[in-house]
Amino acid sequence: MTSKRKEDLRLDHKIIGELIAPGSAVLDLGCGDGDLLEYLVSVKDVRGSGVEISEDAIYKCVEKGLSVSHGDIDSGLTEYPDSAFDFVIFNQTMQQVEKPMDAIDEALRIGRKVIVGFPNFCDLKSRLQLFFGGHVPVTPSLPYSWYDTPNRHFLSIKDFIRFCGDRGIKIEKNFYLSESGPVRFMPNLTAVNAIFQVSKNSC
Amino acid sequence: MKNTLNNSRKKNMPEIRSQSGELGRVQTKYYNMPEKEVFKLESGAKLGELKIAYETYGKLNGEKTNAILICHALSGDANAAGYNGNASRPGWWNDMIGPGKAFDTDKYFVICSNVLGGCKGTSGPNSIDPSKGKPYGLSFPIISIADMVNAQKVLVEYLGIERLLAVAGGSMGGMQALQWPVSFPDAVEACIPIAATYKHTAQQIAFGEVGRQAIMADPAWNGGDYYESKAHPSAGLAVARMIGHITYMSNSSMEQKFGRSLKKKELGFEFTTEFEVEGYLRYRGDSFVKRFDANSYLYLTKAMDYFDLQKNGKLHLAFKGVNSRFLVVAFSSDWLYPPYQSKDIVKALKMNGIDVTYCEVSSDYGHDAFLLEFKEETKLVKHFIDNTFKKTGKKR
Repeated sequence: MTSKRKEDLRLDHKIIGELIAPGSAVLDLGCGDGDLLEYLVSVKDVRGSGVEISEDAIYKCVEKGLSVSHGDIDSGLTEYPDSAFDFVIFNQTMQQVEKPMDAIDEALRIGRKVIVGFPNFCDLKSRLQLFFGGHVPVTPSLPYSWYDTPNRHFLSIKDFIRFCGDRGIKIEKNFYLSESGPVRFMPNLTAVNAIFQVSKNSC
Repeated sequence: MKNTLNNSRKKNMPEIRSQSGELGRVQTKYYNMPEKEVFKLESGAKLGELKIAYETYGKLNGEKTNAILICHALSGDANAAGYNGNASRPGWWNDMIGPGKAFDTDKYFVICSNVLGGCKGTSGPNSIDPSKGKPYGLSFPIISIADMVNAQKVLVEYLGIERLLAVAGGSMGGMQALQWPVSFPDAVEACIPIAATYKHTAQQIAFGEVGRQAIMADPAWNGGDYYESKAHPSAGLAVARMIGHITYMSNSSMEQKFGRSLKKKELGFEFTTEFEVEGYLRYRGDSFVKRFDANSYLYLTKAMDYFDLQKNGKLHLAFKGVNSRFLVVAFSSDWLYPPYQSKDIVKALKMNGIDVTYCEVSSDYGHDAFLLEFKEETKLVKHFIDNTFKKTGKKR
């Protein structure tokens, strides 16, 4: 395995990389070509595995020496025992699954902590495109047209926070990213991507 | 360091071995169980004589940590790769085994043996029963996949190997691969079942039974006692093979290969071999009987029908205590051992926290894909084995 350098990582991967404790057990749901997992395994020494729906991506992961399962997240994660992982990563894939609520519940069952990353549908650019352009937003974080998007669900940062509140999910950490870097000010307007670390509320 | 080694080696190598090379001529060797030893079978029966035909490619390293066992499918034999003797065709998995290939014989020591109950040199119904001085026929005891694996273990130990780097196989070979870590939890570093199943379902047993009935309905079969007579149950065995072949292909691969093509220009309105697909199956059946023993076909299909790894109806219990990592490969159009059966294996492994990689390769070739989709298989197997070998190096 070629050892990944942190500098080569995408910003969201860097942030997730910071969250993961060295040596922990990690499951990456929708791990793609395995860039993040490869970094976590080689630098953070995690016991990592992934689930990925693309056959080509599976070959790339195997080439990187990663353990991956070819399949979709919706068909279930039932085979994993409770709390089998320290971290379950659900980055940029939650909005693509058929039933995100079920998937998050399952992720919280099998992982002590779940890291969720998604594109914010309600950043300023999107709102302007929607309001003045009169079309569905096409932005760097939501780069697809309506007819070819893999995204099934469109949500804002506010939506996710409300969802967690309603479902009794504890938000432990949050990170908001604009196109130029991390932001804290009015994230639902300024951030194009959000990353949350959540866990089950113990109460 | 590695590069210079390779370069210096290349100078001494014949030209054909550059890049993905060929093994060239290979030969079958034989293991004979020492006298007075007995080989116990799952059924409780015992064999007083055990011969195992096997081939090896590549070199066993000093620590004996680079050995890979290849398990063959129903119609395979010990000649997995290279050209045996004067053969004009290479072994059955030549695309996967050789210098620089998926099972890289420049790095690894690859073993393949004919299964117990087979008819290509290992003890089976066509070998001589020492107590009678003539072929066993149906007096050969019924064997199981676990028995095949036990025989392979005898051979592997004879070769001085305690722990295999990998055991791999497709179809019935995949069953053996799966059986290995279950029978010997500490003897396998990596397990690679391809286009396999953990049990025969009713449909799979049904196909097995039709094949067996075709053989047994042939008068020449004569209750399995035909070795000394002129006529062998060739018609029955050919039909069994024809049925088998249908299950190895997919609707779409047959449609692409044959469609409704005719051998002649027009329909002849007669009961001859008119369609190309008929001719193909006849050809496959006829060529099979020249190289395969009908009784062996009965024994091996029976062993597959008996195969069920589950314990108390639960597969995950079978993998308890298994100390191997897995690469499970299925093919999208395989309806004989459909991908869902491989997924069940993957699930059961995950329930045990076992390291597993799974890929469903998209292919039109049906079950036969495990012999044909070698490019995709290579992408998976080569890296998986290299990675496993690196990991075992770190552990020591």
